Amino acid sequence: MPSDTLAPGARPISRRLGSLLLGGHGLLSYAFLYAPIVILIIFSFNASKFASAAWKGFTFKWYLELLNDAALGAALRNSLYIGIASTLVSTIFGTMVALAMERYNFWGKLAFDALLYLPIIIPDIAMAVMLLLFFVLTKMPLGRYTVIISHIAFNISFVAVVVRARLAQFDISLEEAAQDLYADEWQTFRRVTLPLLMPGILAGALLAFTLSLDDFVITFFTAGPGATTLPLRIYSMVKLGVTPEINALSAVMLVTSFCLVLLSFFLQRGGGGTVEPL
Amino acid sequence: MNERFAVELRQVTKQFDEVTAVDGVSLGIRDGEFFSLLGPSGCGKTTTLRLIGGFEMPTGGDVLIEGKPQGFTPPYKRPVNTVFQNYALFPHMNVFENVAFGLQMQKVAREEIRKRVKEMLELVQLPGMEYRKPNQLSGGQQQRVALARALINHPKVLLLDEPLGALDLKLRKAMQLELKALQQRVGITFIYVTHDQEEALTMSDRIAVMHKGKVLQLGAPEEIYEKPTNRFVADFIGETNFLEGRVANINASWVEVLINESLPIRLPAARQVVQGQKVTLAIRPEKLSLAKTALQASDLRGEVQEIIYIGTDIRYLVRISPQTTIIVREQNRGGALGERFQHGEQIYVHWSTEHVNLLTE
Amino acid sequence: MNQSKASTWRLLFLISPSLFWLVVFFAIPLLLVLAMSFGQRGIYGGVEWKFTLDNFFRFLNPSDPLYLRIFYRTVYIAIITTVVSFLIGYPMAFWIAVQPPKRRNALILLLMVPFWTNFLVRTYAWILILREQGVINNLWTETIHQLALHIGATLPWLPLEGLVRVTATPLPLFGTDLAIIIGLVYGWLPDMVLPCYAAIERFDFSLVEAAEDLYANRVQAFIRVIFPLTLPGVVAGSILVFIPSLGAYVTPDLLGGAKSVMIGNVIYAQFMNARDYPFGAAISFVLMTLMLIGTLIYFRSTVAKQKGERRAI
Repeated sequence: MPSDTLAPGARPISRRLGSLLLGGHGLLSYAFLYAPIVILIIFSFNASKFASAAWKGFTFKWYLELLNDAALGAALRNSLYIGIASTLVSTIFGTMVALAMERYNFWGKLAFDALLYLPIIIPDIAMAVMLLLFFVLTKMPLGRYTVIISHIAFNISFVAVVVRARLAQFDISLEEAAQDLYADEWQTFRRVTLPLLMPGILAGALLAFTLSLDDFVITFFTAGPGATTLPLRIYSMVKLGVTPEINALSAVMLVTSFCLVLLSFFLQRGGGGTVEPL
Repeated sequence: MNERFAVELRQVTKQFDEVTAVDGVSLGIRDGEFFSLLGPSGCGKTTTLRLIGGFEMPTGGDVLIEGKPQGFTPPYKRPVNTVFQNYALFPHMNVFENVAFGLQMQKVAREEIRKRVKEMLELVQLPGMEYRKPNQLSGGQQQRVALARALINHPKVLLLDEPLGALDLKLRKAMQLELKALQQRVGITFIYVTHDQEEALTMSDRIAVMHKGKVLQLGAPEEIYEKPTNRFVADFIGETNFLEGRVANINASWVEVLINESLPIRLPAARQVVQGQKVTLAIRPEKLSLAKTALQASDLRGEVQEIIYIGTDIRYLVRISPQTTIIVREQNRGGALGERFQHGEQIYVHWSTEHVNLLTE
Repeated sequence: MNQSKASTWRLLFLISPSLFWLVVFFAIPLLLVLAMSFGQRGIYGGVEWKFTLDNFFRFLNPSDPLYLRIFYRTVYIAIITTVVSFLIGYPMAFWIAVQPPKRRNALILLLMVPFWTNFLVRTYAWILILREQGVINNLWTETIHQLALHIGATLPWLPLEGLVRVTATPLPLFGTDLAIIIGLVYGWLPDMVLPCYAAIERFDFSLVEAAEDLYANRVQAFIRVIFPLTLPGVVAGSILVFIPSLGAYVTPDLLGGAKSVMIGNVIYAQFMNARDYPFGAAISFVLMTLMLIGTLIYFRSTVAKQKGERRAI
């Protein structure tokens, strides 16, 4: 065979070409993934009045405009309020249900498991429609609270998945050891289970917060007047016309998401669990 | 029962769906005893231990600790402590907090806790390690912390679930001696689970050999080794020659067993057997010896088939009848003291009736 | 048994809040949609609860195929998106899988980061890139055009007139099916890469060595050994891309034109503009059924894969 005659370490041309092509494709694909983001950030500093015309100089003025935008400020406040509220509730509920599913067996567990997974698989638009119909038919006025309710409805499942993954890796002999050392169920939970589970719970909370902040379709359908969130505001800004301010806003959001992702990554690693590429 | 048992099991059964892990086990463990549960994996020994500790609840029978039936009492209400197989040290607490945990749960005063932790760490030879975290300790050190964490609570009974399994051979041997010495010093009843028969023989006062959820034999190490009462025990512990045969003749003073329809062996009548019954004779290789000439009338003639040199011993595979081959172990004394035999050599196997166990199952 | 009564209470405590929330705000709304799809639009936009199958007929009517065409286009776009994601994503996953472990983890992290940023923002970025005065067309009608002009002027013997003419008008990228597909591929690529990566990473490369020992070249080894054994990952990834693409709303809304409407947009129109709730509900119902079938295929393929692996041992 040809490779017998080559020096050790050398590879036949076809192999090198193959891995070169593969590597090239890989790098190009990553370029494809990041190009729009990079373009967006670059253009946020473009002094041109038209959002994507040729480069006309470097400026911070669009960022300054952001700070002065009152509607944006209100939207940001709404997003944070809704985000924090829905994250708090869904994290508590989601952690509780994760404990139940991983530790207990009961009648109807399989059906409940399916119900728990549905909000994750169901597409945004279907869930948005469902919730809107529900609110309309029960004559609930659309507003901030309908949005919070909707966000909790899908976030419980996401938190549950993250915490369950953490629980599945949990060494149950630690709880047995605690009980062996005279700790009852509540003490065991408080002093052994909870501290060790905390990184997973925080990761779940972070996921819920991010999903809530970023959500568009469901919020779009279930928000009433005064409940405009950041994504909703961005949408109307884009629909009205492309201005450079949107570039600056987008750049800010990208960088924030980037930081949150890194934070979540290190949280999950710090606890000794594996990375959840959700 | 006149004796007060530290732990007693009365017809304890544990069933998991279709699997019966523990099948009607009854035994009594005496105060201050080093008691081992020995058997292959899946025999039910760990489940039995967990039933005593309260981590599993019996589906039938009773578990009694110091004469008190435990029923469904949870672990935190039982006066026993456990050393887990994987140590189960709390990773988010340091050594001090781990060892102090049980005392904290019992609401012992802080000063008292500090004193006792210090003493306990010295007892297990880990002085000054209070503020290390478990992941900074070696396997042997973690094991000792687990021990300290359990012993500090002065339990009546200490349960140990294969605690030395994760250690390398040399450390394991050292720890075996340490644990035994510790037990004798502290005077607590130890219930020890292992699959390593050498370990059980070394450390225990009494051993219960388990298989498929049942206790096959219970007794002191010597008794188990020299006088196994059934085939599994004879096979599991050490090495045994099994000779299948049936009872050919019986009278008041002796029993004659015909091995493989060709070789008659005569034993003193001790067991209740009947004519024609299928029996197995068990004799350990080291109880046999070889000689060039017959020393006794009962010595068996045979031919050396294979010689295996192990260093400390030499094993000979000897054919004593067309269908029967046995293993004989001779100590390698070397030089003028020991005889060595050759392939194909005709020799005599010397044995004694007191070393033969007649097994009916 | 004291123990089990206490633990039953504990279980109930842990489950009730989530159970309540999911039943009231998920299961019931779901049933409402299903029920409403059989209803009728009332005169003032309300709902008349008369059982009828008209909504479904209207949607799937072959003789007035307005909605049927949109349905077909949606499926078509979703399929193309899936195929393109596969063509880009599988080699990408392969490349990542053959990197050393540290680099692999970093690459996976880099893959996920865009995925975690706001979908709206990322789709907007493509508006910037694809529109008539967008980045690409800027390059096309300005930079390349000028370049072609100047080079054509200095070196007249080069056949560049065609290029000059073509680059005078901007490329019609925005507002087309193509734009939607680009946007969807961009959004869901990680969902294809990750399952493929998981399958490839788990793959035992000594099998390739065995194949080469038996005289297979690299291409044959790939087609007959690597690809079939990583196929479950491909299937999983395909489903994970296909399903969200079916239900896309934002992407066709922002990047597509009036002629590139997808089911998601139709549903939106029914609820926000036409106020024909039953019709919208019926369309959602059809969409959800399609997606449920897809999800079942996904789960069966992962379960079948596990069973297959066990049998192989």
